Amino acid sequence: MKDPIIQLKGLTKQYGGVKAVDGLNLNINKGEIFGLLGPNGAGKTTTILMMLGLTDPTSGTAFVCGHNATSNPIPVKKKVGYMPDSVGFYDHMTALENLVYIGRLNSVPEKELKKRSTEVLEIVGLSADQHKKTSAFSRGMKQRLGLADVLIKNPEVIILDEPTLGIDPTGVRDFLALIKQLSRQHGLTVLLSSHHLHHVQQVCDRVGIFVNGRLLAQGDISALSAQLFGTNSHITSIKLPQLVPQPWPLESELQAWETVNKITISENELEFTGSRDITAKLVRFLVEKGYDVISVNQKYYGLDDIYQKYFESNSTKDISYEKSIS
Amino acid sequence: MKSQSPDPGPFGVMVHKEIADHIRSWRFAILIALIVLTFIAAMYVSLSNIKSAIGNTKDPDHLFLYLKLLTTTDNSIPPFHVFLSFLAPLLGISLGFDAVNSEQNSGTLSRLMAQPIYRDNLLLAKFVSALVIVSGLFFALALLMIGGGLILTGVRMEPQELLRILGFIVITVTYVAFWLSLSIMLSILFKQAATSALTAIGIWLFFTIFYQIVINLIVKSFLPDPAYLTQAEIISYNDLILNLQRIAPNQLYSDAVTTLLMPSVRSLGPVTMEQMAGAIPAPLPFKESIMIVWPQVSGLLASAIGCFALAYYLFMRREIRS
Repeated sequence: MKDPIIQLKGLTKQYGGVKAVDGLNLNINKGEIFGLLGPNGAGKTTTILMMLGLTDPTSGTAFVCGHNATSNPIPVKKKVGYMPDSVGFYDHMTALENLVYIGRLNSVPEKELKKRSTEVLEIVGLSADQHKKTSAFSRGMKQRLGLADVLIKNPEVIILDEPTLGIDPTGVRDFLALIKQLSRQHGLTVLLSSHHLHHVQQVCDRVGIFVNGRLLAQGDISALSAQLFGTNSHITSIKLPQLVPQPWPLESELQAWETVNKITISENELEFTGSRDITAKLVRFLVEKGYDVISVNQKYYGLDDIYQKYFESNSTKDISYEKSIS
Repeated sequence: MKSQSPDPGPFGVMVHKEIADHIRSWRFAILIALIVLTFIAAMYVSLSNIKSAIGNTKDPDHLFLYLKLLTTTDNSIPPFHVFLSFLAPLLGISLGFDAVNSEQNSGTLSRLMAQPIYRDNLLLAKFVSALVIVSGLFFALALLMIGGGLILTGVRMEPQELLRILGFIVITVTYVAFWLSLSIMLSILFKQAATSALTAIGIWLFFTIFYQIVINLIVKSFLPDPAYLTQAEIISYNDLILNLQRIAPNQLYSDAVTTLLMPSVRSLGPVTMEQMAGAIPAPLPFKESIMIVWPQVSGLLASAIGCFALAYYLFMRREIRS
């Protein structure tokens, strides 16, 4: 594995007595899509700002593309495209003018600028609206223009803060598909923050769960669920045509299986909770015992449950809500 | 033409864009209209009185036609440079009061700051672009006045007059620069554009109207009865009042431009009889006038740079959040 492109070590940011980010350690490798997932006010935006040198950490270091983001932000900003959560444009300028301005600030040669901005607008699907003033843009269009803004500088890393906020469901799907496609085609590293787990689940290779300034868990979804639910990460539910008698004669036999931890019976439905996937084995067993199986349902824990679980354990704490600092 | 050179760099790009923004804005159009109207009115009044002003042989400056054009008035309206002493702050304030906070409120600041540009370049670009425009405006007006005077009167211009008028323009631009950097500083300090505009206007009003009153009140409270004071003591008190008044930038400005535009002004403070004895009322050479106003000019420059430095200090390490 290569050196991580984003390296955060003990990153801490304190506002008065409140720790917005608390000793964050995180490595993100080249080419992966990392989702920073957490509720409002968890410190996601603050972390991102520190990665770009837009705010100074109280302690700890943020290395992005091999440069210290706090003391040397310019080379970082050359390689990182950042889209803030509420991206704004100069309203009196058209989309193309806004884009060209950013291109010029990134020293894109004047000769290529025209071609490059048309290309980028084509990618995000705004070619038809390029001569419209951005004041007339909808939220989704602004978001896409924001992505164009990020792409025009040919970044190595893209950081998107709440990119799906306020876009309709189809817009979100298209937007995320676009990000994924771009990342795979050009080998871009993407860091996106969101409190919408489904969005993150769709595109991210790895996820970090971030609550109250701390990274509670990180990894891919199956690793996370294993980490969180331990031996109870697989659930198989089987429906039978007739009611299951209580007590069920086979229950004790199944309980003896090593991989089954819990059996729940309700009317004609059986639910087995275990550490491994034993669905096929279970079905074979039931059929051999003469039961008709009419439906088999395999559940594994999704991000939803993971998320829920983390917030449950944190709900006792008073989470100070969103952007209290801004 | 910066924009046509191969690579103007981010700073050049920003200045270019800021200038374009200013020129296209309604705000600037209104300000230009205001200043041009003032200029025309002042010119009209001075042109209609120029004959008597030139003919007044008791006035040692009566031969400086072009300086007279700028300063003559029949007291119906103040001359142009007095107008400018309160219009120029307005110009500076209105070009700078929303420089940073409007970008922040519209969410463009964080987008801009995520680009590979130095933070101070943003401030400098805001400052330089407004100054470029203001100096362009004033130089155009001065040249128009000179050209118009030349056509209307046919009188040859003294090189000294040209230097004095250019000096006047430079000091005016410096004066605007002070208000501009003050208002840019306030635009960093306050999140709302309206607050920073009101604060800047408050400071402006304070210095133009209340400051003199306050100084007089304070000095009067401890000034003994002048009847019991010696000549030297009266002069020292007088100096004190004048020096206190010179804290106000508009006082510095009007001292400086009056001296430049009226060559016979030889001192800005009280002059004793001994100093006056033997002096022939004659215009001073340009260099001498400059020597007199040098402290004023450096004072203005220093306050402009001071405000800018403070703005820089406030902006450099602040958190950029949308």
